[in-house]
Amino acid sequence: MILVETFQFNYNSIIKSITMKLVQLNSINPFKLKTMKTMKTGAFYALLTLAMLGCSDDDTTPEVINDEELITTVILTLTPDSGDQVVLTTIDLDGDGPDEPVTTVVGSFSENTQYQGAVQFLNETEDPAEDITQEVIEEADEHQVFYTISDGLNITTTYVDFDDNDNPLGVQITLSTGAASEGSLTVTLRHEPVKPNDGLESAGGETDISTSFDVSIQ
Amino acid sequence: MRLFALLLLLCCSMQSYSQDCNYTLQGTLQDFHDSSTLAGATIVVAQTGRAVQTDVEGNFTISSLCKSTYQLQISHPYCSTKVFTVQIPADTIKTFTLEHHLEALNEIIVNGNSSSRQTKTLFENTINQETISDFSGASLGDALNSISGVSSLNTGNAVVKPIINGLHSSRIVLINNGVRMQDQQWGAEHAPTIDINTAGSIKVIKGAGALQYGGNAIGGVIITQAPKIPLLDSLYGKTTLSGSSNGRGGVVSSRVTKSHENGWYTSLQGTLKRFGDFQSPNYILSNTGVFERTFAYRLGYNRIDYGVDAYYSYFRNEIGILRASHIAGAEDQVQAISSDVPLIINDFTYAIGNPRQDVAHHLARIKGFKKIKGLGRVTLQYDFQQNNRLEYDVRRAQQQDKASVDLNLKTHTLKVDLKSDISDNLTISTGVNTDYQTNYANPNTGVRRLIPDYTKYDFGAYLSGDYSISSRWLLEAGFRFDYTYMDAFKFYRKSFWESRGYDTQFADLVVQEYGNQVLTNPKLCFKNPSFTLGSTYNFADTYTLFANYSMASRAPNASELFSEGLHHSASRMELGDLQFDSEIAHKVSVTLQQKGKRFDFTIMPYSNSIDNFILIEPTGIQQTIRGNFQVWEYRQTQAQIFGIDVDATISVFDNLSFNHQFSLVKGYDLLKNQALINMPASSTQNSLVYTHPKFYNLKIRLLSNFVFAQNEYPNTNFEVVLPQSIQTVDISTPPDAYHLLNFNTSVDVSSSLHLGVSVNNVFNTPYRNYLNRLRYYADDLGRNISIQLQFNY
Repeated sequence: MILVETFQFNYNSIIKSITMKLVQLNSINPFKLKTMKTMKTGAFYALLTLAMLGCSDDDTTPEVINDEELITTVILTLTPDSGDQVVLTTIDLDGDGPDEPVTTVVGSFSENTQYQGAVQFLNETEDPAEDITQEVIEEADEHQVFYTISDGLNITTTYVDFDDNDNPLGVQITLSTGAASEGSLTVTLRHEPVKPNDGLESAGGETDISTSFDVSIQ
Repeated sequence: MRLFALLLLLCCSMQSYSQDCNYTLQGTLQDFHDSSTLAGATIVVAQTGRAVQTDVEGNFTISSLCKSTYQLQISHPYCSTKVFTVQIPADTIKTFTLEHHLEALNEIIVNGNSSSRQTKTLFENTINQETISDFSGASLGDALNSISGVSSLNTGNAVVKPIINGLHSSRIVLINNGVRMQDQQWGAEHAPTIDINTAGSIKVIKGAGALQYGGNAIGGVIITQAPKIPLLDSLYGKTTLSGSSNGRGGVVSSRVTKSHENGWYTSLQGTLKRFGDFQSPNYILSNTGVFERTFAYRLGYNRIDYGVDAYYSYFRNEIGILRASHIAGAEDQVQAISSDVPLIINDFTYAIGNPRQDVAHHLARIKGFKKIKGLGRVTLQYDFQQNNRLEYDVRRAQQQDKASVDLNLKTHTLKVDLKSDISDNLTISTGVNTDYQTNYANPNTGVRRLIPDYTKYDFGAYLSGDYSISSRWLLEAGFRFDYTYMDAFKFYRKSFWESRGYDTQFADLVVQEYGNQVLTNPKLCFKNPSFTLGSTYNFADTYTLFANYSMASRAPNASELFSEGLHHSASRMELGDLQFDSEIAHKVSVTLQQKGKRFDFTIMPYSNSIDNFILIEPTGIQQTIRGNFQVWEYRQTQAQIFGIDVDATISVFDNLSFNHQFSLVKGYDLLKNQALINMPASSTQNSLVYTHPKFYNLKIRLLSNFVFAQNEYPNTNFEVVLPQSIQTVDISTPPDAYHLLNFNTSVDVSSSLHLGVSVNNVFNTPYRNYLNRLRYYADDLGRNISIQLQFNY
């Protein structure tokens, strides 16, 4: 690169000017010749080292890093014994970037119906997409998925899967609907919450997922 | 005949009066390195044979001197005796600086002012060896906190970053054994990587006047110096053992030095520090253990006119970060802040889990000096530093042992300095330095880089000088120029790159696209001039007035330029700006110092006006699949900081003294007309010290530390929509004022054993500090009782 070459040039000129200074000094002060020579050699090698370092590893570009623990996608699939599935999806491909997550709700809930729910967490920046759900299940004691229903929406959820200590995990749930109503359903995945707990408010831990869906019961 | 002789003598004596033999030389003898006074030195006037001794404060007076030139012989137990020449043109006040460091062996510098000062027109605060020993078990930042005007930005109690007059991080230059530390100071949670036990003295210059160290010390300069080694055939050492109740740990630190009269010396130093979880008054601060290991070796050879000194040090520190502070977005912040106690409290343990930091710093330096007749003293120094910072987060199990941050910063520096005494009144210093620095972010972390890979070149040159107009009045001026070139490889998220409009503005920087990221190659160049002008004036025997104006400029650091994404330890998005210019600060400071017999004081008002001041502030909320995060963006503004530092000591009786300290600093963002964030609150420290030298050198000290509540701060609170409510996240209201009482006492059991006992936070008062980044989650430290044993051999 051009700039690097300029720097090499600068080093050379610095060495040259220092050497010249030292030579001048030597002629004034012949008694100190030996020390001056040592200093001169020292300065020369030190500058040379810098100059050489200055032109190394400049043409290699760094490796790209894709966040390994990123969760880009949440899919909550709710299947009734008979009737249409409801699928709630949130996708946020740029992770912490400025693009907002995109939420889609396919289908609507029927009144007084029981649904079997399964949630899936994916990292879709990988190809093929990485299924984080498996990691969550493997570390069930360190995770919990919470389902929060807004006031007025006639939905209740119950956990059907548990960790080794019989505390709820929430990858699998049962969702029951009541009379027709509208509201929001929020899915929250917490890493290392207090277990057991009395719900989201007091569970603590670190939020890995928090996404809300506007849903209706018809 | 006898009468005649008598008359003759009388005539002579009268004549001598008429020859002005009634002048007085008032001298002070100081140590070259820490400016501590040297008591018990003997001064003999060669012409008259008269001898005087320096008093406890290092002062001496010789009266009835003629307008003439005298030879004074000064001897002190720690130094070789030396004769030198003083001119007495009138009543004279001189500070004699005795240098018994080997660098300038056998040399006593006679000067109107102490030439050991880094800058002659800025007041310097010094921490001496004794105070350093008291802080053996703590950090450099804790020790600096004992100086007025210096506070700290903490992350818990182990990560302590010094703040000088309201400014910190990249705005402070830290010189360790002559080497400018390059240890990733851009981060608010990155503490200086220096073991306090390696220092013999610590100096703080609250300004940018010391141009030989760099022109970007907008906040100030901290200088740690190795202990001096005497010119004697000797083998000596010191071992300090201390144990503390809080953290249930302690420190072992040892230093052995071998010196020879022929100039060779070698010194070996090591420290081991281990603490478990610390405790607040009411609960254990889980995962706050510390494990520090350091090692330093020094070898050198010195003659009067030349010398070489090689130094190597290794510093490694593992620090646990409060477990309860590891949270994600706004939802977790609401929970953590609303809870009075940390959400995670476990049993005491020495184990350090995640989140934690593991920092290693290598420093190697070689320097040589040579005094050249007719030119001056030339110093050539090369140093290499490698700083490796690993930060571990709470991750899913397979990744627990994998660092989330793995940065390796390497710096080579070569510098040449020349100091010339042109005449008795004029001294000139000049020098050049060149730095080559690389930062490498290890891609194995599996987490996007917070700080990109970069290569940086710096070139600096300075010229400064001081001129004594009279024995009382000195002028100083200096100029410096720094050139910085930075060549970075930065991956941006494509969404961010486009949302900022960089895709059109900086399209030529793009190297390659990778999925949703773009690799760019910004090449930035900064030219920074700096300038200083000052004056020192002594008057009325005991007063000194320092006045200094300094202009300093600082290039933005990698964090300010390139941040883009979640800063985990702050639970917020941080966004930098590629287009930042250098900060330019204009600081005016005045110091009035009085050194009296019973009353000493220093009063230091200052004003610092900073153009293009870089600050970070919240600008909105960002929605992600992980919930809401507050977005903080770096911005440049016009800042105005002013304040005052006061120190006073009254000797009530010979062995009882009262010390007072007060610091006040105010900072404003002039463009937005609001207070600057994270400015230290006013504080005052008052102590009573009782000493009884005849009874085992007994010392007893009672210290009261009162910190006011910060009453001026920007409101950065925000609202967040939670599943069932809308909540305000109060992240800006500062904590209440607090008062802490500390007690310590020490005795010299024998000449080789020193015993100290101290109790900090005697009343176990719960408190939170505005400038502790973990204040949202937990109280600060509770009572700590520690015992220290110091063996000298």
